[in-house]
Amino acid sequence: MSDTVKLTIDHMDVEVPRGTTVLEAARELGLRIPTLCHLEGVHQQGVCRVCVVELEGRPNLLASCVLEAANGMRVRTNSMRVLRARNTVFELMLSDHHKDCLGCDRNTDCELQELAMHLGVDAERFAEDLAAPRMLDISSQSLVRDSGKCILCRRCVSVCEQVQTVGTIGVQERGSASSVAPAFVGLGDAVCVNCGQCAAVCPVNAIFERDHVHPVEEAIIDPAKHVVVQTAPAIRAAIGETQGMPAGSLVTGQLVTALKMMGFDAVFDTNWSADLTILEEGMELLARLKRAVADGDSSVALPMMTSCSPGWVKFLEHFYPDLTDNLSTAKSPQQMLGTVIKTYYAQNLGLQPEDIVVVSVMPCTAKKFEASRPEMTDSGVRDVDYVVTTRELGRMIRKNGLDFANLPAGEFDDPLGRSSGAADIFANSGGVMEAALRTVHEVVTGRELPFANLHVTDLMDIEGVREVAVTFEDVTEDYSWLEGVTAKLAVTSGLGNARELMDRVSSGQAEYHFIEVMGCPGGCIGGGGQPRPTTDAVRRQRFAAICAEDEGKPLRKSHENPLIDRIYADFLGEPNSHKAHELLHTHYVARDAY
Amino acid sequence: MTPGNPLKIAAQGCHCEELSEEQKFERLDEILAIYREQPGSLINCLYVAQTIFGHLPDPVLAHVARRLGVPTARVTGVASFYSFFSRQPRGRHTIKVCLGTACYVRGGREIMEVLVRDLGIKAGETTEDGQYTLEVVRCVGACALAPVVLGDDETFRRVRPTKVSEILARFAPSATPSAAPAPVKEVV
Repeated sequence: MSDTVKLTIDHMDVEVPRGTTVLEAARELGLRIPTLCHLEGVHQQGVCRVCVVELEGRPNLLASCVLEAANGMRVRTNSMRVLRARNTVFELMLSDHHKDCLGCDRNTDCELQELAMHLGVDAERFAEDLAAPRMLDISSQSLVRDSGKCILCRRCVSVCEQVQTVGTIGVQERGSASSVAPAFVGLGDAVCVNCGQCAAVCPVNAIFERDHVHPVEEAIIDPAKHVVVQTAPAIRAAIGETQGMPAGSLVTGQLVTALKMMGFDAVFDTNWSADLTILEEGMELLARLKRAVADGDSSVALPMMTSCSPGWVKFLEHFYPDLTDNLSTAKSPQQMLGTVIKTYYAQNLGLQPEDIVVVSVMPCTAKKFEASRPEMTDSGVRDVDYVVTTRELGRMIRKNGLDFANLPAGEFDDPLGRSSGAADIFANSGGVMEAALRTVHEVVTGRELPFANLHVTDLMDIEGVREVAVTFEDVTEDYSWLEGVTAKLAVTSGLGNARELMDRVSSGQAEYHFIEVMGCPGGCIGGGGQPRPTTDAVRRQRFAAICAEDEGKPLRKSHENPLIDRIYADFLGEPNSHKAHELLHTHYVARDAY
Repeated sequence: MTPGNPLKIAAQGCHCEELSEEQKFERLDEILAIYREQPGSLINCLYVAQTIFGHLPDPVLAHVARRLGVPTARVTGVASFYSFFSRQPRGRHTIKVCLGTACYVRGGREIMEVLVRDLGIKAGETTEDGQYTLEVVRCVGACALAPVVLGDDETFRRVRPTKVSEILARFAPSATPSAAPAPVKEVV
């Protein structure tokens, strides 16, 4: 059997590999069949029927996105019958969509608008027939659902159930009563991990992040408030996309300047607390290993798992509540910095924690939930007040009229602004593990991590589960118990991958010492709050930008950051000290999965 | 006890009305245990659950999800998609009015109007005393007998609006009115 098939599309011959869809074959010919629900790698179900084509010999029109090309097919994509059907399907969809576009956050960034332009639909043929009542679900700290905008394309259902294996939302009822919703309750009470992948793939404004822009704007103009902003590692490699720059643009300096021009009183870097996280989490790992290896204590919870990703943390709390002791107790960098700002920094400035408003810019919708967790109040008040996503910051930059790409480069403020390259790679899947190894290996052996350019081979990537083993040799006297010990490590991203890994861990099929999981595919660079679209190609471009930022730093290891030394000397004592535990560590809860 | 064909067992008069809530969940669990290992059996499981509980209250749907390891939103999605599943308590008797083409033109619509008026409920609803559930069906394949009304498994042919009260009387409540059922709580 030949590996290719030959067919005709709009009178043109084309030869494509077997298994290619007609939609893809048409692209080979430079023909763009319009699509709406189709999203490569996430949702390929032929639900919306916008991509229908005519196939000679078949009485009905077929969805080209799920039609496999076959030898001898004669396909028409532009016959009058196809064009009429396509437009009717689209206009019916429009008739159920609330078209208050001016007040919509997706205005000019809406796949429905884009398609209307493409199809030449400029008038409303069907009178508004809004079958189901509009329902706004504001129960979640992270996400809002607006059924009035939903066009039932089901991308969100696919990404939630198939990619993330969470299954929070599904299509309920049928026909004109259909809606995408959780089982019995609002998102805030459902089994939802707040990862926001649904919002990242939504073509319209039916699922989106809960707005924190307005309260931030109010805080900035309030003279009584000292408003501090922190930006996550992944923002610098993505925010440019919201301002028309290509994916992978590294814009750290412009980002800082933009935030200063907006009126924030101080611009800090979540990278700084990523370095702090490595000290706390790295020492915690060594303490757990010591108890297991040197003391033979079998009760110690290994493998230790990273706790930076709040979507992943809540996933574990819901689906593997028996494994929550394995999570590092170290808070995420966002929460560490929030606490440090409202304690250490507040003291230095003679301010009370309630005088300070901490805003964080995150690639993540789950960070909004994390900031609202009742545990996250170690400064006496809420440690992080508001969390805006990359997309929300993009809107703020536009509202402020900033010509972002041409802004001069600014510098983060001291004392919480400088960081090592190890902190940058927190944005990439595998980065937290690599950053931890750079420090732990050097602490244990006194020598640098033995890999070219400090990158552990095959550790950072956007796909699958990666395993690495690192053997500690010629260790220093303090760590003699680690001599010759091989640490088994695993890294993954995306909760479907995490589920596979956790099933193997909880059944005892796989034994590791340390596991890094990030909830979103590719890590934070592919977070649910990042600019749309986030395809694998875009993920790789942001990934590369983050690696470039790391490699361009004079300091590449967290323990070399002098400002981290300073906070331990001035305030915390040493890593995992009593005070560090009080302020920088947290605990987790078991949750139901149904 | 190892049940045989679960669907058969569930369908054979299980006298479920006489079972306590706990016993109903036990019975359901026996059958869910069989289906747990067979992907794609959600509809069968919901059918069994509806046979045991009479309808599919939320705690039963959550229980099916838990035992099968399927997301709750998918379970409620399936339960709300198929018209033969009911998430509301059903009456002791189901009155179905055929509104297929033949029955419709021969007066099915008037029959429906009388039933809606006399029972004080709309199609798809159940009377407050839990006696009747009223439903629409689209053709039962007995067009020669149009218009047709089904009372449980009994077929009434060439029904005139004036005959509706007679049909209802056949399914009238017994002398002792039963109390409204208590809401179901999941037994894990």
